[in-house]
Amino acid sequence: MAYDCVVCIKYVPDTKKVTGEAMKADGTVNRAALPMIYNPEDLNALELALAVRDAHGGSVTVITMGAPAATEILRDSLCRGADAAVLLTDRRAAASDTLATSYILSRAVKLLPHDLVICGRQAIDGDTAQVGPQLAEKLGLTQITYLEALEGLEGGTIRARRNLGNGFEVVEAQLPALVTVMDTANVPRPPAARRIMKYKKARSRPEVAAAVAAEMGEDADKDAVAAEVERRCQGLAGKGLLIEAWDLERVGADLAFCGRNGSPTKVHKILSVVLTGGEYKEVPATDEGVAELVGELIQEHTIG
Amino acid sequence: MIDVNRDGEVWIFAEAEQGRLSDVPLELMSKGRSLAQTLSVPLGAILLGAGVAPLADKLVAHGADKVYLVDDRRLGHYQTSSYRHVLCDLITRHKPQIVLYGATPLGRDLAPSVASAMWCGLTADCTDLQIGDHTPPGTDQVHKNLLLQIRPAFGGNIIATIVNYDRWPQMATVREGVMPMTEADPARKGLIVDASADLDGLVLPLKVLQCERRQKKVNLKAARIIVAGGAGVGSRENFQLIWNLANCLGGAVGGSRAAVDLGYVDHDHQVGQTGTTVRPALYIACGISGAVQHRAGMAESARVLAINSDRHAPIFSVAHYGIVGDLKDVIPRLVKVIRTGAGIKA
Repeated sequence: MAYDCVVCIKYVPDTKKVTGEAMKADGTVNRAALPMIYNPEDLNALELALAVRDAHGGSVTVITMGAPAATEILRDSLCRGADAAVLLTDRRAAASDTLATSYILSRAVKLLPHDLVICGRQAIDGDTAQVGPQLAEKLGLTQITYLEALEGLEGGTIRARRNLGNGFEVVEAQLPALVTVMDTANVPRPPAARRIMKYKKARSRPEVAAAVAAEMGEDADKDAVAAEVERRCQGLAGKGLLIEAWDLERVGADLAFCGRNGSPTKVHKILSVVLTGGEYKEVPATDEGVAELVGELIQEHTIG
Repeated sequence: MIDVNRDGEVWIFAEAEQGRLSDVPLELMSKGRSLAQTLSVPLGAILLGAGVAPLADKLVAHGADKVYLVDDRRLGHYQTSSYRHVLCDLITRHKPQIVLYGATPLGRDLAPSVASAMWCGLTADCTDLQIGDHTPPGTDQVHKNLLLQIRPAFGGNIIATIVNYDRWPQMATVREGVMPMTEADPARKGLIVDASADLDGLVLPLKVLQCERRQKKVNLKAARIIVAGGAGVGSRENFQLIWNLANCLGGAVGGSRAAVDLGYVDHDHQVGQTGTTVRPALYIACGISGAVQHRAGMAESARVLAINSDRHAPIFSVAHYGIVGDLKDVIPRLVKVIRTGAGIKA
């Protein structure tokens, strides 16, 4: 039995690489200076989908919601072996919280064949781990979070090992289901050289439009620009290199549930964590220094 | 979602496994009490499971005014859909204004599913909760006495305060270990409500074939002294120095994520955002540079001693004492001083 998989991925700032260059003078992080990357655990989600397809047949479609720049990880997914990619992009989706995001994603996933929807456990920018479970609820799918091993897939039944933090459980469920994948579940395959040669030329429609606008200049005739965009997109589509771009109309989303209006959670305040110089007592790295320190800790009953 | 309900109670989801309450709901009780007192409403605990009725008294002793008990064999093993079903039923009927969960693997599986079904907000992994007012930008409408949900975001580089002023209940998951557990008071009185939820037609889509729990190898949350090592320790062999120092102080061994990833020490020992949050009397950080994710898990320690060869390592920003030097040289000196009692004479 073949399985159609949809993998939800996110383009995120690399919050683990907060180096000196990414710090502003006031000690806070300059978010714009952080490189954007494929959310690490989403690569494990993609790998799981590719392994399922390689073993059983079926298809792997990746989808991401974000700005046109997120096409980058769709291209990367195609190079790693995905069959199709969808960019879900719409300015009115900006500022969506996890609830609005999962609603919009659910509208899109409904349009794609899916026996298995696969997400990374969580994204490294928000670390919420909420979109996966919320998407499962919106789609009415059985939810299996913290997957650390796919133990079996047979006749429409999935068997998976879940990490419970202080142990594990092995569960079985009928498909369709949504799973969220831990980074320990597998080792993501690298992009294949042959596929890179082909898919490095893949573009999403907004990327094509941006390129045409840049080439033809601001004064160019609007109709001529549109015609050129269409011509190039047709050309890409003919070669299987056009990455579909969907907006909120395309997925039939109710605007009341999207973006800021569709988000119950609102930001009240943001405080940057400031890394100031500490006012600690420096102890010399000598026997005398260390003895004095230990004496002080004993006297205040911290040790001893 | 439910409408804004100022008389609504404050609820805590009382996670229980294998017939015993987890630490988090008990940690949440003291914070829940102060929130409920500020709002002048009762504090409720939601207790689901099979054979869990005996745990209700413990929740009362830790601060619950009411325990909503649903004791049913079909709830014996946690499943997202059955627990979501019961919680949504209880929330719809009783309209609490706040619902809190521990940010445990179970809480982080359940809470978003409930939030999605209720179309209400949810903030993950809060490290603090307060009551305060919020005025949406561009309006002059003041929403009074909201739950201020405070959490690190962006890899811990910012602290965000989140509110939900229209689609209630206000829900949050709260990190383990960030709120001190209060002593139980067996004399406290509370109401135990047999909240017989509608369980007919309950679907249990998962078949649980195997379930194994193990005790963590170390209980960092309970340790008075923690000696932790990071990437700067250099090797698994050198990590023995960390064990030696911990042994002579009667402390526990911790590690940074880098030390765990490098295989110097087991994941059970990890301190920080993706590990355990600790607040010992003394935290000795050896060869730990002090990434924000690590500091988030130990900055509440009463005393921090940092040992690092890099004078500019961020760990010194949260240290009370600092030794700039090679830990392979400094730790043996410390061990010698402690073992011989030389510190007392100094």
